[in-house]
Amino acid sequence: MSNQKITLAKGLNMGLRKAMEDDDKVLLMGEDVGKLGGVFRITDGLQKDFGEDRVIDSPLAESGIVGTAVGMALRGYRPVVEIQFDGFVYPAYDQIVCQVAKYTYRSQGKVKMPIVIRIPFGGGIGAVEHHSESPEAQFAHTPGLKVVACSNPVDGYWMIQQAIAHDDPVIFLEPKRQYHADKAELDESATPEPLFTSRVVRAGSDATVLAYGPTVKTALKCAEAAESEGRSLEVIDLRTLSPLDMAPVYESVRRTGRCVVTHEAHVNLGMGAELAARVTEECFYSLEAPVLRVGAFDTPYPPSRIEEEYLPDLDRVLDAVDRSFAY
Amino acid sequence: MSDPVSFGPDLADVFGPSQTDGGPDLVQLLTPEGERVHHPEFDHDFSAEELRGLYRDMVLTRRIDVEATALQRHGELGIWAQLLGQEAAQIGAGRALRPQDYVFPTYREHGVAYCKGVDPLRLLGLFRGVDQGGWDPNENNFGLYTIVIGAQTLHATGYAMGMQRDGVVGTGDPDRDSAVIAHFGDGASSQGDVNEAFIFAASYNAPVVFFCQNNQWAISEPIERQTRIPLYQRALGFGFPGIRVDGNDVLATYAVTKAALQRAREGNGPSFVEAYTYRMGAHTTTDDPTRYRLNDELEHWKLKDPIERLKVYLRRNGLVDQEFFDDLDAEAKELGHHLREGCKALPDPKPLDQFGYVFSEITDEIAAQRDEFAAYLASFEGSTTTAGGHS
Ligand SMILES: Cc1ncc(C[n+]2csc(CCOP(=O)(O)OP(=O)(O)O)c2C)c(N)n1
Ligand SMILES: [Mg+2]
Repeated sequence: MSNQKITLAKGLNMGLRKAMEDDDKVLLMGEDVGKLGGVFRITDGLQKDFGEDRVIDSPLAESGIVGTAVGMALRGYRPVVEIQFDGFVYPAYDQIVCQVAKYTYRSQGKVKMPIVIRIPFGGGIGAVEHHSESPEAQFAHTPGLKVVACSNPVDGYWMIQQAIAHDDPVIFLEPKRQYHADKAELDESATPEPLFTSRVVRAGSDATVLAYGPTVKTALKCAEAAESEGRSLEVIDLRTLSPLDMAPVYESVRRTGRCVVTHEAHVNLGMGAELAARVTEECFYSLEAPVLRVGAFDTPYPPSRIEEEYLPDLDRVLDAVDRSFAY
Repeated sequence: MSDPVSFGPDLADVFGPSQTDGGPDLVQLLTPEGERVHHPEFDHDFSAEELRGLYRDMVLTRRIDVEATALQRHGELGIWAQLLGQEAAQIGAGRALRPQDYVFPTYREHGVAYCKGVDPLRLLGLFRGVDQGGWDPNENNFGLYTIVIGAQTLHATGYAMGMQRDGVVGTGDPDRDSAVIAHFGDGASSQGDVNEAFIFAASYNAPVVFFCQNNQWAISEPIERQTRIPLYQRALGFGFPGIRVDGNDVLATYAVTKAALQRAREGNGPSFVEAYTYRMGAHTTTDDPTRYRLNDELEHWKLKDPIERLKVYLRRNGLVDQEFFDDLDAEAKELGHHLREGCKALPDPKPLDQFGYVFSEITDEIAAQRDEFAAYLASFEGSTTTAGGHS
């Protein structure tokens, strides 16, 4: 099979298709996922090919979508639900936190919850309120949920299949700004890395930058810019937020002695806080500077005309790298 | 094989055959052909002045919509939620309100906003991305646009419960008695929040009118995905009356909403109005309805245009002359100009100001973040390179 260049949207679409071909228990459900193919077209063409029983346009009710997914999972199905935008996951929050996350525990492991909850997340698309949020910490904070974030087309293709094949509930975060942005070459015959692993996406020696989802691209740009100034940044795409895969992070920070974390979510009690705590505990004697975090201020996501000023961009991440070196 | 179990009445007997064109219960005062018909329960003796006013309101509302859509196409707005085709539903409801009544809108209630005296320019801010609803809800008793589907129906109910406690319901004083109207769509009727709003309103007999614009679509999903029975019939199950009105008939929508509001003001509790209408445009300017609905349907509804039928009626009855249309045309043009020029002049938000809006008073923590950010932004000033000298 020849390799093709695909976008993240295409990678996810192909991954979903493959998962549905491989296992007829896989169902898709969500608002507008059928004929429309979802507002981002991630499920484009799937209802046509797999029928309305497997690609289900749901009534407009997120709690209903996730709650019925629980029932279908109990019946042996593997529901993959789409939340239309990050800000609309909250009507389902109760079902996710109290039911999806706890069923396995409550049944002492007798019952599995192989549900994937796909959430387009993050900002930078010029949208109105509730369409640009980064709720990952709320889910990573919840025992019983696994949380992953893809950052590129190839990962999108593999990670969605791995998440669907996984027996625990997975919150699957998709950086919506990247959906139709960059293309990458997909080799469908390759063997993907396991799902719950982080990955060094650029090797470096002077400082470690941790990123996931939409900020991976930002971090890579930073590394390029820093290189022209003679600084070598190592960039790690975390990919999995719960559980965290810390081994590559510790290995890196022990070498570089500096660590900057960047995400679009709020810094306060965000993923960066947990990462900083763990890195400090494990790499204390290697650190030349405290772990620094670049993310959102403690304000709701701003009106879109100024979102670029709020989002962690090249300058803000580099500024943190500078501050790390200034210690 | 055993006989199928019988369980309660046959639904077809209760609800009648499936109703494609509004059904027999549809309240209508003006047919699509512009014919004035009468209704035993809901009617109103419209003066020529009133009729011209409603016509003018609909034309200006459509103008707001057309201008905003064009502004989006020209990149001046990020997105726009069109109301094309829903002018009668919104003007009928909006004009039935008294100043003391309070509106809880969705994101599409541009016509109601206009009736409540909100400068349409203020509506554009949210869609341009300069604010998230720049108007003061209490200035015109018009709440902020609410994007999370259905959430506002609970706010409306709570507001109505507040009115009850303030003694502004059922006093018999027309200037004092008040009600709330909650706008929402057919899709929203599936949300838990909306159903809980029905329960609360019924439980407390709250003075709230649930005004549902059934425009047949929730983005790509047809009404059949949300309900198996006509929406207005659901109300009874919650314990209050529901009426289906021709939402493309401004006269009927006005008459029915007026009665529903009056009932609420008098202390007789909530009611449900289903304005049976059609979303003529896309869901928003980023939507492509050709992917999910047939053009035939659109053509069918074009014949029921809310503005056209009133125009026919006004003309046929000699209630308007050319001067009226010319004046209105000039007024619409002026409104368009106001929106075009005003939109481009809407100031961008100031990043540092945003920190001050999180709480009623800024906390030390947020103030520190603001100051740090200010220092960071200042580090760019006067340099052609970016912060910290990075190019
Ligand atoms: C809780 C929530 N889920 C999903 C959305 C995305 N969304 C925006 S509008 C819409 C459809 C609404 O349909 P309806 O209630 O019929 O109102 P209409 O847009 O037709 O006026 C959806 C699904 C949202 N805004 N909020
Ligand atoms: Mg609708």
